[in-house]
Amino acid sequence: MKNAVSILSIVAAGFMASTSAFAGDVRIMWYSDGVEGDVMQDLVNRFMQDNPDINVTLDNVAYKVIQEQLPIQLEAGQGPDIARVTDIKALADHWLDLRPYLSDPAYWEENFGAQADWMRPDGSDAITGFMTQLTLTGGFANKTLFEQAGVEMPGDKATWDDWVNASAEVAKSQQTAAAFAIDRSGHRISGPNVSYGANYIGPDGMPAPVDDGTKTFATKLVDWTNDGLMLKDTWVSAAGSTYRAAADDFINAQIPFYYSGSWQVANLSTKIGDAFDWVAIGSPCGTVGCSGLKGGAALVGIKYTKNPEDVAKVMEYLASPEIVKEFSERTLFLPAHKGVVAAGGLNWDTDDKNVGPALDAFVKSSAETLPAADALPAWKWASAYYGALVTRISQVMAGELTLDEAWTRIDQDIADKVQQ
Amino acid sequence: MWLAALLNPPLKAWQRATGTGGMAAFFLAPNMAIFGVFVLIPLVMNFFYSMTSGSAYFLADRTFVGLEQYGRLLDCGNYLDPGTCREDLFWKAAQNTAIFVFFQVSLMTLTAMITALILNRKIAGRGFWRAVFFFPVLLSPVVVGLIWRWILQRQGLLNYVLYTFGADTHDWLTERLPAFTAAVSVSVWAHMGFFTLILLAGLQAIPRDLYEAAEMDGTKPARVFWRITLPLLMPNLLVVIVLSLIRAVQIFDEVYVLTGGGPGTSTMYLTQYIYEVGFASLLRNPGLAAAASIMMGLVLVVLTLVQLGLGRRNEQKGARE
Repeated sequence: MKNAVSILSIVAAGFMASTSAFAGDVRIMWYSDGVEGDVMQDLVNRFMQDNPDINVTLDNVAYKVIQEQLPIQLEAGQGPDIARVTDIKALADHWLDLRPYLSDPAYWEENFGAQADWMRPDGSDAITGFMTQLTLTGGFANKTLFEQAGVEMPGDKATWDDWVNASAEVAKSQQTAAAFAIDRSGHRISGPNVSYGANYIGPDGMPAPVDDGTKTFATKLVDWTNDGLMLKDTWVSAAGSTYRAAADDFINAQIPFYYSGSWQVANLSTKIGDAFDWVAIGSPCGTVGCSGLKGGAALVGIKYTKNPEDVAKVMEYLASPEIVKEFSERTLFLPAHKGVVAAGGLNWDTDDKNVGPALDAFVKSSAETLPAADALPAWKWASAYYGALVTRISQVMAGELTLDEAWTRIDQDIADKVQQ
Repeated sequence: MWLAALLNPPLKAWQRATGTGGMAAFFLAPNMAIFGVFVLIPLVMNFFYSMTSGSAYFLADRTFVGLEQYGRLLDCGNYLDPGTCREDLFWKAAQNTAIFVFFQVSLMTLTAMITALILNRKIAGRGFWRAVFFFPVLLSPVVVGLIWRWILQRQGLLNYVLYTFGADTHDWLTERLPAFTAAVSVSVWAHMGFFTLILLAGLQAIPRDLYEAAEMDGTKPARVFWRITLPLLMPNLLVVIVLSLIRAVQIFDEVYVLTGGGPGTSTMYLTQYIYEVGFASLLRNPGLAAAASIMMGLVLVVLTLVQLGLGRRNEQKGARE
C-alpha cells in the first residue's frame, strides 16, 4: 500500500512538472549560441530565491526547435510562457502584450522603445518583450594568419573587393581552404546588399523586385564562390533556406576572413582561446555605404500563458538595468537597453584580449548602418526575402540556375509568400 | 494464466451476446483506435489541409481554396523540365527522387542478392558476417548520416586518408555527382542488411535436393543460379524490390543529414521538399506541403498496388505449378 502511494505520488509529481498551467509556474524556452544559457539559469535561480511563489523552469532547447517547433506550438495556441526567439516580427501575433501587467510601462518604452516595433504586430503599441542582445552583422579577420602571410589588413572604409582580395592573398600564402565565408543566411547577406544600394521595401511597404544593389553583391558572391574564394561548403552543401554558419571553419583557421555577426564574439573567444589573434572588422563597404544589419534575439511573453502576471514579474526582473548589464557583461552581448548603453562602463567578463576591441568595433559599426538596413528588422516580409535569396543564390552557385533565372525566381518566390 | 482465467467468463458472456463478429470487433478496437488517431485522422486532415492556404496551422484559421494548391504544383510547361514549372523545386525534387529510386533500388537489390548468396555459403565466421551486414540497419538514420558526413566532408576521414597517402582530395559533398553517389551508396549501406535477410530466408527455403540433383547432372553454377535459385527466389526478390522501392521514394533523414539536399538541390528529394515547405522554411506553406504529400502518397499507393498484384500473380502461378 505504501509503495502504491509512493508510486502514485511520483506519477502525480511528474504530471504536475510537465505542465505550465499551475499558478506560479513559468516556463522559458531558451536556446544558446554560447554561454548565455548558464548565465540565464543563474539569474533565474536568483529570481526564484527572491520570489519563492514563482517557479521558473528554463527549458534549454536547440535553435532548430525555436525555428521549427515553436511556431507550430504557437499556431496551436500552446507553447511556453516565455521564449527566446529571432523570428520576432513574423510571429508577433502570438506574443503577449505585457503592458497591462507591467508596473512601469514607461520604463520599457524609454529603454526598449527603439526595438519595440521589431516584436509587435504592425500598428500596435503592445509591449511584448525585450531584446536579450542587440546584434549587428559584421566581419572577423584572423590577424595571426594575415601577419604570417605578410598581408596588411584593409583599413577603415575598405570595400568588399579589398577584403576578399587581401584574404585571397592570405589564403594563397597560408594554404587555407578558401579566402572567406559568409553564413548561409539571407539575413547575413542583406547588409552587404544594402551597402551596394539594395532596398527590399517598395514604396507601398510591400516587397520590391530584386534591384541592382542586390544583383551586384549576389553576383559578386557567386563569382567569388566559383573562383574558390568563398568557401563552397557553406552555401552549396545544403538546399532550400537551411541556415548554415561557417564559424567552425574560421575557428579552425580554414579561412582568414569570416562574415557573421556580433553574437559570435563569445563563441570565438571560447573556442579559439589563445590559438590565434582575431579582430572584428565591422562591415566592408559597397558603393553606397558600409552597412551591417541589426537584429538580435528577443525574450517575449507568449499570449497563451495561463499566468500572465507571473510572466510579467519574471520579465520585469530580467529587463531591469542591473540584470541586463550583468547578463551583457557575462555573455559578451551588446545590450539593447538604452539606459545601460548610456551609462556605459560595461566590464566585459573575459580575459581574452580580442573580445573588448571586437565589441567596440561592433558598437562603432552600429552607427554606420544604412536606413534601408535599419528598416528590415521591423519589416513583416523580411523573412520571405531572406529565404528566397538563399535558396536561389545557392542554386546559382551549384550551377542549377543562371543569375537571370534566379532574379525571376526570387521575385516569384516572394510574391507567392505574400499571396499565401 | 490467472489473468486469462479472470477474463474468461466475461469474454464468454460477451461472445454469447454478440457472436464471433462482436468478439473480433472487441479485439480489433484497440488497434483501430490507434490506427484512427495516428493514421486515419491525420490522413483525412492532411487532405483538408491540401485544400487550404495560409501559414496558420489551425485548420479553422485557414482559407479554403479547393484544388488551388494542386493546380500550383501541376502548373508546368514541360514536366520533364522543372525550370518550366511554377513550383520548380517540387518537380526538381520529384525528378531527383525518380533518379535516386532507380539507382538505389537497382544497387540495393543487386548487392543484397550478392551478399545473401555469399552469406548462404559455408564460409568461415558466417554468423559474424551476417551480423556485420545487418548492423547498419540497427543504426538511426541520423547517426548513419552523421557518420558518413564525418567521413566524406572536406575535412573528413576520407580526405585525410587520401592526403596522408599523397592522393588528391575532393569536395565529395559539394559536387553533384559525388554527392549523389554518396547519397545512393550510404542509403544502400544503411538498409541493405534488412533486404539481405529477406533474401537469405528465401535462399534457405529452397530445397537442397534440387541443388544435389543439379550437381549430379554436372550443371554449371551459373545455370543453377538462373534455373533454380532465381526462379525459386522470385517471391522474396519481388518483396525486396517493392519494399525498397517504397522506402526509396520516402528517402529523407540520412540524406538530409549527409548532404542537406545539396549541392544546390541535386540531392533534395520529395520528402525534404515537403518538410522544407511545411515546416522548415521561414514562411511556411502547410497547404502546399500537404498537397505535395498527397501526390507522393498516390505514387506510394500505386507502388503498393503493384506489389499486391505481383504477389497475387505469383501465388496463382505457384498454385498452378
